[in-house]
Amino acid sequence: MHVKTASFEKVSTKDTLTVSGAEAVIKCLLEEGVETIYGYPGGAIMPVYDELYKYQKEIHHVLTRHEQGATHAAQGYARVSGKVGVAIATSGPGATNLVTGIADAQIDSTPMVCITGQVGSHLLGSDAFQETDIVGISTPITKWNYQVTKAEEIPEVIAKAFYIAKSGRPGPVLVDITKDAQFATLEFSYKKCSGIRSYKPFPELNLLEIERAAEVINKAKKPMIVWGQGVILGGAEDLLKQVVEKAGIPAAWTILGLSALPTDHPLNVGMVGMHGNYGPNMLTNECDVLIAIGMRFDDRVTGNLEKYAKQAKVIHFEIDPAEINKNVKADYPVLGNVKESLKALLELLEPNSHENWHQKFKDMYKTEYEKVIKGNLDINKKELGMAEVIQQINNQSKGDAIIVSDVGQHQMAACRYAKFNSTRSNVTSGGLGTMGFALPAAIGAKMAKPDKDVVAVIGDGGYQMTIQELGTIFQTKVPVKIVLLNNGFLGMVRQWQQLFFDKRYASTTMVNPDFITIAKGYHIKAKQVSDRSQLKDAVREMMESEDAYFLEVKVEQEENVFPMIPTGAAVSEILLE
Amino acid sequence: MEKQNYTVSIYTENNLGLLSRIAAIFLKRHINIESITASPSEVNEVMRFIIVVNVSEEQIKKIVGQIEKQIEVIKAFYHTDVETIYQETALYKIKSEDFLDDHNIQDFIKETNARIVTVTKQFFVIEKTGKRTEVDALYEKLKPYGLMQFVRSGTIAVTKNEMPISGILEKFNTTNSLS
Repeated sequence: MHVKTASFEKVSTKDTLTVSGAEAVIKCLLEEGVETIYGYPGGAIMPVYDELYKYQKEIHHVLTRHEQGATHAAQGYARVSGKVGVAIATSGPGATNLVTGIADAQIDSTPMVCITGQVGSHLLGSDAFQETDIVGISTPITKWNYQVTKAEEIPEVIAKAFYIAKSGRPGPVLVDITKDAQFATLEFSYKKCSGIRSYKPFPELNLLEIERAAEVINKAKKPMIVWGQGVILGGAEDLLKQVVEKAGIPAAWTILGLSALPTDHPLNVGMVGMHGNYGPNMLTNECDVLIAIGMRFDDRVTGNLEKYAKQAKVIHFEIDPAEINKNVKADYPVLGNVKESLKALLELLEPNSHENWHQKFKDMYKTEYEKVIKGNLDINKKELGMAEVIQQINNQSKGDAIIVSDVGQHQMAACRYAKFNSTRSNVTSGGLGTMGFALPAAIGAKMAKPDKDVVAVIGDGGYQMTIQELGTIFQTKVPVKIVLLNNGFLGMVRQWQQLFFDKRYASTTMVNPDFITIAKGYHIKAKQVSDRSQLKDAVREMMESEDAYFLEVKVEQEENVFPMIPTGAAVSEILLE
Repeated sequence: MEKQNYTVSIYTENNLGLLSRIAAIFLKRHINIESITASPSEVNEVMRFIIVVNVSEEQIKKIVGQIEKQIEVIKAFYHTDVETIYQETALYKIKSEDFLDDHNIQDFIKETNARIVTVTKQFFVIEKTGKRTEVDALYEKLKPYGLMQFVRSGTIAVTKNEMPISGILEKFNTTNSLS
């Protein structure tokens, strides 16, 4: 007897259709509402591409210049739209090139479905041309993966893939399809997946947990919220705002939580973590109740765990039971979807304000302003600073742009200084720290929200890791704005070498090409600025451009990012200089 | 935190890739698996893995959390030795001449409740089922006689308490009208 392990919605039509496995793949994507996919063709996925040719009016396939670019573009698309990003590649090297993007999506909980072609099933295990065990390779970095060897499996497997990728705590799913399964025919009918018996997307809400949390919050004298991306993934931004306002609690964000609450919200007290703001880091070790919402206490957030918020009662709102007590012991865990748990919490909270406590954050901001921010934004210093460039973007965007940042010093500048008015506007590689993420991610972000300005802020190191995606921008004419903050160094590594390795700058100086010529080679408008007097006009010209635009800013070579929590130090041992 | 043996029981769907997915969870944390078995469970088409590891309770809680997170894992439990009835089986192959010449060996077999499975002119095969320590004890006794081969199974265990798997599956069936 065959046991049903998943449930599917009722079939919408009674008619089935005989189609090839390859055509079934496209039909499944259409059934899931997919409009744009990113990929790169090759031998083992050719039947699917042949169908894409047929369906080119229904589905927009973006040819990236490398499969890694396809994954990051799909991630950018997913992060901005909230929908599942789709990347497609051939077997062997095509599949292995997806790995970095899949790992990034896994650690940053980004919903993504990757479809790879595979050699014919009769060749599996024979070391055939372009055969690689991508299911084995991707196992530790996917939420789920599956190898399809029979055409008739395709609809159910893809339905499950989408359901798993987007439900609960989202993540990447890989479906590997052998070439013979793409060629073979099946009777096609599609039913969306609605449940899998061994998988529970959300833990059930326990009202007792919420009542206890509310009681602790209501009694708190010095409460502090740290929210993460869970708020955005759960669509609970508005609830967070209401909770913060009703209970009058200062709220700080992790790098992936950024933009869930507007930058200029009075109770938004900035970023926690290694290069976060002074106040929220210091006061993590002074608050009496730490309310963590949809965040996972990453080591870059907590610094030394032995000295992290030991004085505080920790309340942890979390969707994933495996995150509870993983890094920081939760005195009051609240399991569930934050959209439900915050709603229930809101009703139980007593209106409050903690003005004296909030004032401490403001005072510490003043200290940080004097010691760090003023200098970062100082227009009288000799060379241009990264923060000044971000500030100019703010002046033009008024906080309405989507900022996609890469990884390194410029990323910290972007996240610390960029202004955000609305959610899902900050796209960056947080957990994996993937250099080369931003340029392709910006392509996906712009395609997801064509009416928004998308500004990719990238360093000269990361830019050259996926620079070939300029070809994708040229071909698709996607009007992304690229700001290259060029300091001629792998700046973050250089900073560490300066501070912790006695200035031994091993392999961190970059001899760079003429980036303007490269951009022009792709027929992308390009301008270089090295003088402060030209910056404002150059940024305005970029922001006003209808087409893709490349702006290279030569910034100070040896600027350091502060504040900084050195490795092994407590959050309250954060350095201002 | 003090380390001890934990028996992890994992009820799963019957999926090809699940073994490597579960093994990867231990590998990622640099934890050595003492023994592992996989077999159909008491529930139709549900597999049961039994993995024994020597870790702290804090570690085992986190590991079980990560295992349960896997899509095709229905439920995972961990138990200490006192909470389970556990057994393993071992086969010992000994030269016939050694066996016939030395009466000690025959005494060991009687004392330890081992069993002779096969006798040929060349060798004897002895089987012992029991706790890990019992299998180890017989091994130590037979070792001086030159074991030709020795093999032991992974630990299999049932818990003293109930494992509510059927209930979990039943709940899914009633809340999701399976089509």
